[in-house]
Amino acid sequence: MNDHTLPSPAWTVSMRTRASSVSAAVALVVVALAFAVPFFATRAVLQDLFFILTMLVLAQGWNLLAGYAGLVSVGQQAFVGFGAYAMFAAVSLLGLDPLAGILIGGLAAAALAVPTAFFVFRLEGAYFAVGTWVIAEVVRLSLAQWKALGGGTGTSLPSGATRDMAGVRLVADWLGVRAAQATDIVCYWLALLLAVATVGLIYGLLRSRHGLGLAAVRDNREAARSIGVDPLRIKSFVYLVVALVTGLTGALIYVQKARISPDAAFSVPDWTAYVIFIVVIGGIGTIEGPIVGVVVFFVLRNLLADYGSWYLLILGLIGIVIMLFAPSGLWGLFANRTGIQLFPVRRILTGTHNAQTIKGVPHG
Amino acid sequence: MNWLDTIVQGVLLGGLYALFAAGLGLVFGIMRLVNLAHGDLIVLAAFLVLLLASALGLSPFVAAALAPPAMVAFGWGLQFVVLNRTLGKDILPPLLVTFGLSIVIQNGLLEGFSADSRRIPAGALETASLQFGPVSVGTMPLLTFLSAIGVIVALNLIFYHTDLGRAFRATSDDRATAGLMGIRADRIFATATGLAMMVVTIAALYLGTRANFDPTMGPARLIYAFEAVIIGGLGSFWGTLAGGIILGVSQTIGAAINPEWQILAGHVAFLLVLLARPRGLFPRAVD
Repeated sequence: MNDHTLPSPAWTVSMRTRASSVSAAVALVVVALAFAVPFFATRAVLQDLFFILTMLVLAQGWNLLAGYAGLVSVGQQAFVGFGAYAMFAAVSLLGLDPLAGILIGGLAAAALAVPTAFFVFRLEGAYFAVGTWVIAEVVRLSLAQWKALGGGTGTSLPSGATRDMAGVRLVADWLGVRAAQATDIVCYWLALLLAVATVGLIYGLLRSRHGLGLAAVRDNREAARSIGVDPLRIKSFVYLVVALVTGLTGALIYVQKARISPDAAFSVPDWTAYVIFIVVIGGIGTIEGPIVGVVVFFVLRNLLADYGSWYLLILGLIGIVIMLFAPSGLWGLFANRTGIQLFPVRRILTGTHNAQTIKGVPHG
Repeated sequence: MNWLDTIVQGVLLGGLYALFAAGLGLVFGIMRLVNLAHGDLIVLAAFLVLLLASALGLSPFVAAALAPPAMVAFGWGLQFVVLNRTLGKDILPPLLVTFGLSIVIQNGLLEGFSADSRRIPAGALETASLQFGPVSVGTMPLLTFLSAIGVIVALNLIFYHTDLGRAFRATSDDRATAGLMGIRADRIFATATGLAMMVVTIAALYLGTRANFDPTMGPARLIYAFEAVIIGGLGSFWGTLAGGIILGVSQTIGAAINPEWQILAGHVAFLLVLLARPRGLFPRAVD
């Protein structure tokens, strides 16, 4: 019965939308502008932007875990802290360059994710969440025993270590600034690089067949298995990649801070509560969400900076209200009204004979 | 070092952890909801008991007897108005809403009571102890342990010998079919959380009289409670007591070797059980 067969060349699968073509151009301009910021901005502005960029990377990582892979972790601080401690060990104990330390921090966090995954992947759903938290506590308590890095009270980077970091002198001479400011500039550029690379990596992953597999596993695990997607394998891969990115970020943050303690490096509010808030308010399960969320978060932080614990209380309440009444977040509300997607990951079937399009469900 | 003493103290500490865990396990067993604010609710109840005891000049036990109505009403309302909306196939809403609630309670308490550590005064009981042969046992830890057993006996009676318990089990097994029999799941869930808050208040009494507490210590209590539930195995209250005891004994043994290892030893014991018996030692529920 050939009557029902459609002429095959007439249909193509496309992921591009008009908005995404515009947004690609806008993204290029934004990145170029962001790169140029150190040429005219003050140190305070740079440090704020550094904070925003690093939180964005952490949020994108958590969003990939929770929003796409269904792995709701409350223990990402394990990788922030472990990456930071590995960087400290590389710089303070081995005398390596902080830049090398950052790379070591990322690799160490990824290495930590292997035994960690072995434990937490035995747990499902909510149990996974608390399991990751227990692991983070174990790592924190273990590193607090490391006397060479200050034990429970922590330690600072050797004086001058960040000033001697690769590239700092170059930047200082080039821009005619002091070493301390040059350090901030280098850290900022590294954060920018990390943020762009992370968003690009996640975008690429979600558009690839692995992204399709991930969405399939999230939507229906059994059906996905039946067509040959291995849920455990794909989830482990995502977990490892996010650990690597989170470790790099943790190490970079602590190069800039230059002082570490177990309680700060493994802080649940700083590295998990804020991150979850950013993703939830922006819109979980979208790449745009964390970007919107981090901006809202930063504005709220500055508005409420003088109110101490009221700040976190209000953040918590906003998070609850959003989760209950607008679970797709601010970006979700916007995208549902306008249909705009800046980072489209859904496949759209377009036909050339008639202009009819068959739209898929989001991200799937 | 006296090993017998260490183990006895650990068993008694396990009673406290079982009290933390019973409420968490109860709620999870019935509605598959892991309440990440559970530890903070315990700390909230401890502040309520402290407030009642100090404002009215009452003994902590009388204050703890007055606190449950408020806590139960709070738990019922919380479940009925907020948490019921989050239940469903997606695990994200309940986790994120209770995580937000945890942050809200912690910071609300910080705002109301400051970060100072407090203790519920229990008078002479604080230091009283009983001598059993070579082992000296504090009266408060012993009371804690006996209360844990009492709570578990009571919960088992409710679960397996009352209409309410039958409704709990029916809703847990099959919400839709239970609904056909006239059981309203939303009310059953609210009642279960109310009941859990009663257990939480008892746990809070012993948390507050045994040692200092402050608004930020909720999450650690949640983790102990969670570990006790997992070690014991889902759906078994006696298993939860066993889980609490294993955790308590691991912690006291760890502390006896090196005081800095107390908490770590408990976590390691938990991970070892997870490795050997992922479903816990005495699993009952199939989940």
